Amino acid sequence: MRRLTLVSGCVLAGAVVAIAVVSFLWLPYPPEDTSGGRLAPPGLPHLLGTDKLGRDLFTQLMIGARIALGVGLGSVALGGLLGVAAGLVAGFATRWLDDTVAVVLDILIAFPTLLLAMLLVAVRDASLGSAILAIGLAMSAVVARLTRVLVKRVLAQDYITAARTSGTSWRRIVTEHVLPNIWPTLVVNLALQLGLAVLAEASLSYLGLGPPPPNASWGRMLQEAQATVLVAPVGAIAPGVLVVALVVGVNLIADGLRDVADPTRRRTR
Amino acid sequence: MTAYLLRRTAFLLVSLVLAGALLFLLLRLLPGDPANSLLSVGATPEQIAAARRQIGSDQPLLAQFTSWAGDMASLDLGESFVGKVPVGPEIAARLVVTVPLTLLSFLLAVLLAVPVGYVAARRADRWYGTLLGGLSQLGIAVPAFWIGMLLITVFALNLRLFPAGGFPRDDWADPADALTSLALPVATIALVMSASLIRYVRSATLDVLDSDYLRTFRALGSSFPRAMWRHGLRNAAVPVVSILGIELATTFLGAVVVESVFALPGLGSMLVKGIEEHDYPVIQGILVVSTFAVLMIGFAADLVQRLIDPRLRGGSS
Repeated sequence: MRRLTLVSGCVLAGAVVAIAVVSFLWLPYPPEDTSGGRLAPPGLPHLLGTDKLGRDLFTQLMIGARIALGVGLGSVALGGLLGVAAGLVAGFATRWLDDTVAVVLDILIAFPTLLLAMLLVAVRDASLGSAILAIGLAMSAVVARLTRVLVKRVLAQDYITAARTSGTSWRRIVTEHVLPNIWPTLVVNLALQLGLAVLAEASLSYLGLGPPPPNASWGRMLQEAQATVLVAPVGAIAPGVLVVALVVGVNLIADGLRDVADPTRRRTR
Repeated sequence: MTAYLLRRTAFLLVSLVLAGALLFLLLRLLPGDPANSLLSVGATPEQIAAARRQIGSDQPLLAQFTSWAGDMASLDLGESFVGKVPVGPEIAARLVVTVPLTLLSFLLAVLLAVPVGYVAARRADRWYGTLLGGLSQLGIAVPAFWIGMLLITVFALNLRLFPAGGFPRDDWADPADALTSLALPVATIALVMSASLIRYVRSATLDVLDSDYLRTFRALGSSFPRAMWRHGLRNAAVPVVSILGIELATTFLGAVVVESVFALPGLGSMLVKGIEEHDYPVIQGILVVSTFAVLMIGFAADLVQRLIDPRLRGGSS
């Protein structure tokens, strides 16, 4: 059963990754090719039809997979790196600094990812980099808070006191005791964050604040298809299905990994 | 309790000041002088200097912050760059849409999530328990705006039961009219919110069902409903209430996207427009108001949690 969670997650997310990889090597049509005519119905030669500008929908979807994964992985890399670093510092810091960081993080977390992202897009401009930076920064606060709690829990253990009294340096304590103990939980959380980042990118793009054209983004494709949903329903459904498939896949992987990382969970439920 | 109330209020005030400073810094320190949005392309240096003087961005940062904080404290949110109208009253007018939208969605989400989450936990071994758990997994992966689009397609364009978007010009003059316009947006937000709430209710209920105290109470001869009523409910409520505060805040801010789907004249659509036009006073005013709302909700949630959980009350924390 537990294996099933992990495997089905890998299949769903893997399919989207495969689409993104293939999109770099081969596309059914050039992205800007509008020779198919506006809103062509699904069939041949356009498998899923064309959008209101005449672009091949399947091609746009494939490029959208690139953007979704790029923004998702990019912001997880940025948010993970910043968050873990800040969390480690806060976890090891003196009481006063630690309390300050905790309060600041609580306030930052009070803003949901999307609002912080919109704020950053407001001061920069809507672009691929802005989306990654915005979602990554917003995420780093959540990751930092989690890391801080995990670090504190490990540092309270007797074996850390033993290591300290036997003269182990702080650097070795971090690399040999703290990181190995906290990374399983962190990886699970980062997987969940990846799903949230994909959703945030779709929402930003839907609002017109995501990566601008020619990047095809699933969120913007949905926004553009909204007006013609009765004439061309595929355009208003297919990108949404892909977003859901990717996010469900990533969440299932996170659930599966959590059970692998924490054997005590396997027996209950 | 009094000591806690004082401490929590102090924390609230510190948070408000810190959050204000963060917002101020974020909007000022990042590249791009807010004065630029007043100018056309190719403005002369004199015009730039005049615009900066008008906005005050030629002052030192600390002076800008103190005058800004003073304005905020006296509820003066400034004047929008583009429309040249005061931001405060505009936000108040928008809240007439956003606040009912938030509260109705939240209420519906809770009414939906508590029974569904309970059944999903209590009947976890039956097919429908598993199905409900699975559906909530799916629900947290669906973008809110897409649910909105699908609801519009089915209930507005095909069945013609509700309007596809918009809000009556005279606001709540005709409550039935206003409620019909809010029906689909409320359903959209409630569906998304309840998906994540169901997961919390489900796991809180599972914890209670597994607990030793419930088994002991049952072994002493109490019926299951009575045991649940006397002990289960209150214990399950503690983690759920703490999450409710966060969820209410998320609902308020999640309204941003859903308002755009349904073309509702609320805070969200005002924010999106402000961002597109780089209208700093508008963005800042909305963020100040939302931050205040989010922090107040957190404050209220902490107090409620303390009232229902006596373990938090005893001694110093």
